[in-house]
Amino acid sequence: MISVSNLSKAFGRTVAVNGISFEVNRGEVLGFLGPNAAGKTTTMRMLTCYLTPDSGSATVAGFDIMEDSLEVRKRVGYLPESAPLYMDMDVVAYLKFVADVRGLTREESSQSIGRMIETCGLESVVGRNIGELSKGFKQRVGVAQTLIHNPEILVLDEPTTGLDPSQIIEIRELIKEIGKERTVILSTHILPEVEATCSRVLIINEGELTASGTPEELHAVAGGEDSVYVSVKAGDAPVQEALGRIASVTSVARVGEGDEGYVRYVLKSKNGVDVGEQVYRAAVENGWTINELHRQTLSLEDIFLKLTTKEK
Amino acid sequence: MKSTVPIFKREFASYFNSPIAFIYLTVFLALSSWLFLKGFFLISEASMRAYFGMIPWIFLFFVPAITMRLWAEEKKVGTMELLMTLPVTDTEAVLGKFLASFAFLIVSLALSFVLPVVVAALGDPDSGQIAGGYLGSVLLGGAYLAIGLFISSLTENQIVAFIVSIVAIFGLFILGEDFVLFGLPDRLVPVFSFLGHGGHFDSVSRGVIDSRDILYYVSVIGFFLYLNVKTIGARK
Repeated sequence: MISVSNLSKAFGRTVAVNGISFEVNRGEVLGFLGPNAAGKTTTMRMLTCYLTPDSGSATVAGFDIMEDSLEVRKRVGYLPESAPLYMDMDVVAYLKFVADVRGLTREESSQSIGRMIETCGLESVVGRNIGELSKGFKQRVGVAQTLIHNPEILVLDEPTTGLDPSQIIEIRELIKEIGKERTVILSTHILPEVEATCSRVLIINEGELTASGTPEELHAVAGGEDSVYVSVKAGDAPVQEALGRIASVTSVARVGEGDEGYVRYVLKSKNGVDVGEQVYRAAVENGWTINELHRQTLSLEDIFLKLTTKEK
Repeated sequence: MKSTVPIFKREFASYFNSPIAFIYLTVFLALSSWLFLKGFFLISEASMRAYFGMIPWIFLFFVPAITMRLWAEEKKVGTMELLMTLPVTDTEAVLGKFLASFAFLIVSLALSFVLPVVVAALGDPDSGQIAGGYLGSVLLGGAYLAIGLFISSLTENQIVAFIVSIVAIFGLFILGEDFVLFGLPDRLVPVFSFLGHGGHFDSVSRGVIDSRDILYYVSVIGFFLYLNVKTIGARK
């Protein structure tokens, strides 16, 4: 759905985004993780055609962001950071305005607004001025606004900043719900948020892509312990049990299923002991078929800490 | 141009969403009527000429008040990012905002219609001159609005937009005045006298509608709206 290649953008002498490339497939919820000023917002602004890249290219829903900017904007719903809305408008009038600009007919727009009010839980604030609403409701109006034209792609810039914990959970649930049939890119600097909502994560820092992977992979290595990934074809319970019995293994977790009945596990071990050999032995002893066995020594949390603590 | 309509509607309605529009209209009508009527009964002439003579000066302060918010606030609050990531071209956005402020200006002029009615009740004014005066005011106001809107797009501070707009409009206004022309080389005199607002307004407000004057105002409006489209695009 989204394909980015070598995108760069500088403001004066500050390079905000430096040659980023990635792909997002239909139905994915992609998390942009990175410290402040990493280039998350700039990348999103380029994908939503607010900014033009200095070099590189990107296509969104099959349209080039520079050549067919209007077509891209028609297919994307965008929520900028901290949900800037027209504070003097009432909720429905605002949604109506966005629907009109989006070219929805009167009937479509009233239907869509009704649906958005329901989906985003705005019933209690209908008729109120946006300026009077709490931060959580403003954020929800912002999300409603991105969905009004039923876009294929959603771009949400830090959708949960400034919300209280229960509001954060509500917004995350909302994003998960709407992310089921859409492609979503969301940015954040909160690790648990990624785990809660995203199917894949990109870590960017200083304008460059540092790492990418699923949240499980991130989480597995974020513990600071060594992880051993193993994919085996055998019964679930005996495998977990046998792996758990290996000395110095602290945890065994099932992280997913591969093709042809392979199940993927991640083992954590104490103090970085390499348990690969024991895992192999266990497999041989029990007659499991193995198609993956590798040790992940790179700690993403270490990387992430390096990124987040490096103030400029 | 289809996105211009919702933007126009939103901007126009937003004048009336807050008390600003009502304060503005009250002050504008009270001040302009009072200044006019103060002299009107002294001169005892059934003419609106003095009224239209004041318009360039009153608009000098009132028009920047209409336009200062239009882009500066969007930039400050960040709504510009939402607006410009909707499927809207820069031209559509600029036109929508300009037309909304233009409509508001026309509303404020229309409400001053009480004055010609009073004048007509007391005497026999030249209706052609009054019509010309209103046309001139609308054109002059449009030119001021285009300048103010452009300057609003250069800053995110409304007060800066207000003051710089006054200075810029005043600058264009005095370009054609005698004391500026006096210091210029002879060849430049006609150029500056054409560029200045004042001369064009004088002839229109006398009821003389010359195509050159109309062309002048339309060009000023077009030129500043064009610059505005460029500055909006320059964010990229």
